[in-house]
Amino acid sequence: MITYLANRAVQFVLALIVASVVVFALMSILPGNAAQVALGTNATPEAVAALEAQYGLDQPPLVRYFDWVGGMLTGDFGTSYVTGSSITPVIVGSVQVTGILVVAAIILAIVIAVPLGTFAALEQRNWIGVTISALSQIGIAVPNFLAAIILVIVFSLTLGWFPSQGWMAPVEGLGGFLLRLVLPVVSLALVQAAILTRYVRSAVLDVMREDYIRTARAKGLTQTKALFVHGLRNAAIPVITVAGVQLATLLVGAVIIEQIFVIPGIGSELVRAVANRDLVTVQGIVMVLVLLVLIINLIVDVLYPLVDPRIRNAS
Amino acid sequence: MKTPRIRTWMAALAASSLILTGCSAGASDSGEQAKKDSMTIAFTAEPVNLDFTSTSGIAIPEALMENVYESLVRVDGEGEIQPALAEDWDVSDDRKTYTFHLQKDVKFSNGADLTSEDVKFSYERVQNDWKNALKSKMDVVESIETPDDLTVEIALKKPSNTWLFNLTSLVGAVFDTEGTDNLAKEAIGTGPFSIEKFTAGQSIDFAARDDYWGEAPAVDNVQFKYFKDAVSASNALKSGEIDIVSNLQAPELAGEFQSNDYQIISGTTNGEVVLSMNNAKGIFKDKKAREAVMHAIDRKAVLDTAWAGYGELIGSMVPPTDPYYEDLTKVWDYDPQKAKDLIAEAGIEGETFAFTVPNLPYAKAISEIVSAQLEEVGLKADIETQEFPAVWLDKTFTEHKFDMSVINHAEPRDILTVFSNDYYIGYDDSKIKKIAEKADTGTEEEYVSGMKKIAKTITEDAASDFLFLFPNLVIAKSDIAGIPANRVNDAFRIADLSWN
Repeated sequence: MITYLANRAVQFVLALIVASVVVFALMSILPGNAAQVALGTNATPEAVAALEAQYGLDQPPLVRYFDWVGGMLTGDFGTSYVTGSSITPVIVGSVQVTGILVVAAIILAIVIAVPLGTFAALEQRNWIGVTISALSQIGIAVPNFLAAIILVIVFSLTLGWFPSQGWMAPVEGLGGFLLRLVLPVVSLALVQAAILTRYVRSAVLDVMREDYIRTARAKGLTQTKALFVHGLRNAAIPVITVAGVQLATLLVGAVIIEQIFVIPGIGSELVRAVANRDLVTVQGIVMVLVLLVLIINLIVDVLYPLVDPRIRNAS
Repeated sequence: MKTPRIRTWMAALAASSLILTGCSAGASDSGEQAKKDSMTIAFTAEPVNLDFTSTSGIAIPEALMENVYESLVRVDGEGEIQPALAEDWDVSDDRKTYTFHLQKDVKFSNGADLTSEDVKFSYERVQNDWKNALKSKMDVVESIETPDDLTVEIALKKPSNTWLFNLTSLVGAVFDTEGTDNLAKEAIGTGPFSIEKFTAGQSIDFAARDDYWGEAPAVDNVQFKYFKDAVSASNALKSGEIDIVSNLQAPELAGEFQSNDYQIISGTTNGEVVLSMNNAKGIFKDKKAREAVMHAIDRKAVLDTAWAGYGELIGSMVPPTDPYYEDLTKVWDYDPQKAKDLIAEAGIEGETFAFTVPNLPYAKAISEIVSAQLEEVGLKADIETQEFPAVWLDKTFTEHKFDMSVINHAEPRDILTVFSNDYYIGYDDSKIKKIAEKADTGTEEEYVSGMKKIAKTITEDAASDFLFLFPNLVIAKSDIAGIPANRVNDAFRIADLSWN
């Protein structure tokens, strides 16, 4: 168990280092000059050069790389080219917003998918089971942004139940916060719920074919009881993996949803920073996203042995 | 056996959907009561900070000029220069010295009084400390004197007709001598509003000042809210969350607002949408090739297809609100046959050229129809979409790697900038340079006639195709008054807005 965790930790650190090199290299070859963008179409070459020097863009790449990594290790992500202030509070603030969105979406997805998927498996030959399968298939095919647009048209423009855009921090008013949360979270969650439903269904079906379920049935338990008592824990392993992957997908999917709903999350910050060639901010945000995805994977890896004694004992 | 279980599941589902919809109570009650003293306006270009002295782009002056910062003079919707912080001004006989008399009892939002020292400080700061390239507009100023607290004497190196107009733009903004320490986050001006809250890239909250020297604004609280997506902005207007969409970037959506609940205003801007051709090298170095393009493009069709017919045909680099405007739309008529003949003469039939298109809605729409029209006369456009601003500025603007591009040149009175030697279009300005100098230093009549001549020369040289004037397309709730129809400078003036 300890070797297993140590292995995962080393992988985690290595992945972070590789990611930082790749992110930095990609930013360096990205076309477009930050100083030129800041100064616009009236800038003289001298003004552009002066601003480049001010940003430190004229330094050798290695110097800039170690400056940047060194800063991050002390919790300082650097100073933005366009706002002139530290980007650390910007990143922290926007990560919180996106975090709320994504976590709420995954919870909603699980809340929808686990009962629906289990039900679809139990009732697989029934019309309801078939309907759930078909609906989840459709759900997978609907992109997040389309779901968002449809939700806005129905619940905001037609029924007027929810605002079509905007964000409010929970401290500014819990009611307003929840109201603005609903549509973006639902549009993120629907697709994930559809995907998850199919995984839950097939995981439950697999478990139902296992010998121990047959044994339990032979001892007199009903199909449902056998499943609930012996099966669900086993069915959880593939579901945890998928949910972990989905959490990472949601972080990326949130970029579009934040644009549509005008939410000040990390996606909005990223898009804005890329457009302004605010490379320090882009690098910082991408690294935070990488870090979050790696942490999610690490948590999934740690959860396996806890759920499944076979993995625990094998390692 | 099965039915009860299904019923349990159904009940659970119904319950959870009830919980979801249950929180909707009171969703639409925001906005309605607070309506009369507040207003929310949607914009596209978002300010990354509040400092236009070091950051370029229209977004910052759009929010701050005339609302927070004021200049000695301002320009009205018809393009006329009007008094602002200067009550009036005298011009010396040699037209090189301007004496401005300041309004009395003007206070900055930090409580400081406006004096002539502030004006001197601000304009010298443009010359010495500004990083924004627009600072060159203040180059003509030789010296600034302050005989008393309310008088400013500005001496120019030579008479200049453009300088006084330039004062209406952001270079004319008057700052407090103590108020420039943290311009990126804090804006201290003499205007009718102060900034209550600024969330970079998201929104700006303005609050009316009760110690404003001029007429008090009708609306106390105004919020600028930034939408990257035109559909989101128009949805927010439909659901009542915002009150005005300033300059809608998707004109096809305007049709949805044709009802009594909304007003659609389509005024003019300073933005000439230019189909720019590289005059310095490549296929369009040859004037015949450029003339062929002028005859090949059906500008009316371009406007109708690409921008839903909103906008105006101009035929030159001059909007109708400039004093030297002249209708030059007839200089180049749509004549595909003539275009084909010119292409044959130039010997470029079937040639492929590089058409670099910024990834902006209007540019992409225009590039499609323009390349279709050019293909009909035998020219093939190799369209390359470039991310704007970063990549377009780098490749097309700075490195001049293009044959044709399309962009809205939105700066006011920018004809001489765009058609100067070192600008990306590469126009040979030897013919117009002398006329320009004479026009700027001459009388007002000489200025107008000189600039007319320049505009005509550029159009006749087929230096670029002036497709149309970008409209100021505003959609607003019908009970709002005071929305400026024409945008003649960068500022979006909110002091005149009111609820009926």
